[in-house]
Amino acid sequence: MPGGAALIAIDRIFLHERTGAAALNSLAAAGRAVRDPARIFCVMDHIVDTRPGRDDRTLMPGGQAFITETRAAAKAAGLTLFDVTDPDQGIVHVVSPELGIVLPGATLIAPDSHTCTQGALGALAWGIGSSEAEHAMATGTLRVAHPGTMRVTFAGALVPGVTPKDMILTLIARHGAGGGKGHAIEFAGEAVTALDMEARMTLCNMATEFAAMIGMIAPDETVFAWLKGRRYAPNGAQWDAAVTHWRALAGDPGAAFDAEITIDAATIEPMISWGTSPEHSIGISGAVPADAPERPCAYMGLERGQPLAGLPIDAAFIGSCTNSRLSDLRRAAALLERRRVAHGIKALCVPGSSAVKRAAEAEGLDRIFVEAGFEWRESGCSMCFYAGGESFAPGSRVISSTNRNFEGRQGPGIRTHIASPEMVAASAIAGCIADPRELMR
Amino acid sequence: MTPLVTHDGIAAPLLRDNIDTDAIIPSREMKTTGKTGLAAGLFAGWRYASAGSREPNRDFVLNQPRFADATILIGGANFGCGSSREHAVWALAEYGIRAVIATGFAPIFFGNCIRNGIVPVVLDPGAVADIAAAVAVDPEANRIHIDVPARTIALRDGRVWAFPLEEEAQAMLVEGLDAIDLTLKLDGAIAAFHARDRETRPWIYLEGQK
Ligand code: SF4
Repeated sequence: MPGGAALIAIDRIFLHERTGAAALNSLAAAGRAVRDPARIFCVMDHIVDTRPGRDDRTLMPGGQAFITETRAAAKAAGLTLFDVTDPDQGIVHVVSPELGIVLPGATLIAPDSHTCTQGALGALAWGIGSSEAEHAMATGTLRVAHPGTMRVTFAGALVPGVTPKDMILTLIARHGAGGGKGHAIEFAGEAVTALDMEARMTLCNMATEFAAMIGMIAPDETVFAWLKGRRYAPNGAQWDAAVTHWRALAGDPGAAFDAEITIDAATIEPMISWGTSPEHSIGISGAVPADAPERPCAYMGLERGQPLAGLPIDAAFIGSCTNSRLSDLRRAAALLERRRVAHGIKALCVPGSSAVKRAAEAEGLDRIFVEAGFEWRESGCSMCFYAGGESFAPGSRVISSTNRNFEGRQGPGIRTHIASPEMVAASAIAGCIADPRELMR
Repeated sequence: MTPLVTHDGIAAPLLRDNIDTDAIIPSREMKTTGKTGLAAGLFAGWRYASAGSREPNRDFVLNQPRFADATILIGGANFGCGSSREHAVWALAEYGIRAVIATGFAPIFFGNCIRNGIVPVVLDPGAVADIAAAVAVDPEANRIHIDVPARTIALRDGRVWAFPLEEEAQAMLVEGLDAIDLTLKLDGAIAAFHARDRETRPWIYLEGQK
């Protein structure tokens, strides 16, 4: 294309009820048809209630209209819809891999910044705005300026008790929330290839918090084995042809990138955020930096030089597209088993999809959470973000397995500390920010 | 989309790094499924005395009389990070903002600006500091002139800076083009690609699958 932009075929599009109706209605108002509805999917995750026994009603003022309008628009356009009470409902970036909708080498876009999560399967997956979603639905393509390329190598092995959440928070803390500079990032190195699929999704999920366009991992046998038999993945002879095609996708080891970052995996410790950007993160043994800016310290009610471990909390949240998959819940439950959440702490667990919830219940994880004092919810984004509905008590200090600690992200005045689900569980038990490794000994 | 060729306006400094789209328009301010009625929610968490209220916070830059007519914002690093919500750009545009100057932008926000007639101006930290300093002294005397075809930004005292902008982004701003119409002209080529691609990657097309 003139000027160096490329016209890229878009293989999969995912919508959700927060922004889906806006894009679909605007397209319809312009008299434009959806080009290939068979490859467009829509899910209810952002505004839908997560309290047991839910229906279209939600605590967000006016929220029900987002659900009913998105449903009507999705049906009118002929899209595949995973509705509020559908067994396949869940957070978009949990559901799409779970059903084999995202595939290696495929392009997938969604009007949601955490679409980069799905790069874990070796796909090119990225978040866009509503206008670009309309463009992709109407034309089957997107106009994309060539992003710079970056390789982030995690060399060596992680030490026990360190998780992919700690890897990505370390990258952002060391190189800044703008460090990814709009690049397409490939995560590589032994510590990455050793991760299982769900851990890879946690790593790629927060590429957007690093200002990257894309965060992906070269597809390998781990991906293929995980995908096989999933509903929308190819089957029969097509499966064999697809795997042959996918095996050829990985780049050469000597490939040149516009930028390279290497992190020694052994230097990573369990991480916790202290401020209002994911770059404001430190190891659990650390303290608020001596040169920390004033505004985040004031918002978070912290002093420079103050250690994070031992800081009392009001609430604990396990959920979100970062850390709400079955393996996340298992690792948290392992710490919660035969223990109790500290007195006065509000604690919630929100499974990432209805399928995750069913699988967790089948192995009794729900019982462990509930007996420890956690609420056990229906799947959805829930209190990962605040849309005017449910929130924590005003001014609460919350430890959260989510991805954003922005001012007001979880509600007006809420102070969010992001961490792994293990650290959230350990802190809920202690009543203050705590190193999960102490419970693992 | 309204074309944006040149723009002359007052700039308001909001020199914070990592200004996220939740700050630009909090999710609670996205009250309907439409694209309008968002300007009142712009920067709601900072602009008003308390959440949900409409009582101005006097300290916030856009509430200061000398910046009341601002059409340009000056931010810090990684402007527009966070949620992909295009509402952030719709709110800025509806409020009357035509350009944002920053040392860097989050990629989704940058793309959303181009599609809504707001020019994202990337400058090095020294240039951003110089412009912010001039504006802080006298925003009216130091009105800013932005020239999209020339990719320059100028102060009235004669200082001029060049900023980068891809050719296609520039054309979309200057001509106010609708990208969908442009792409639909390539419909034949798109169909031909799909026909070829279907041979090599039939699994992408989900035919006959549930
Ligand atoms: S879980 Fe949170 S970050 Fe993920 S898609 Fe939902 S709101 Fe966005």
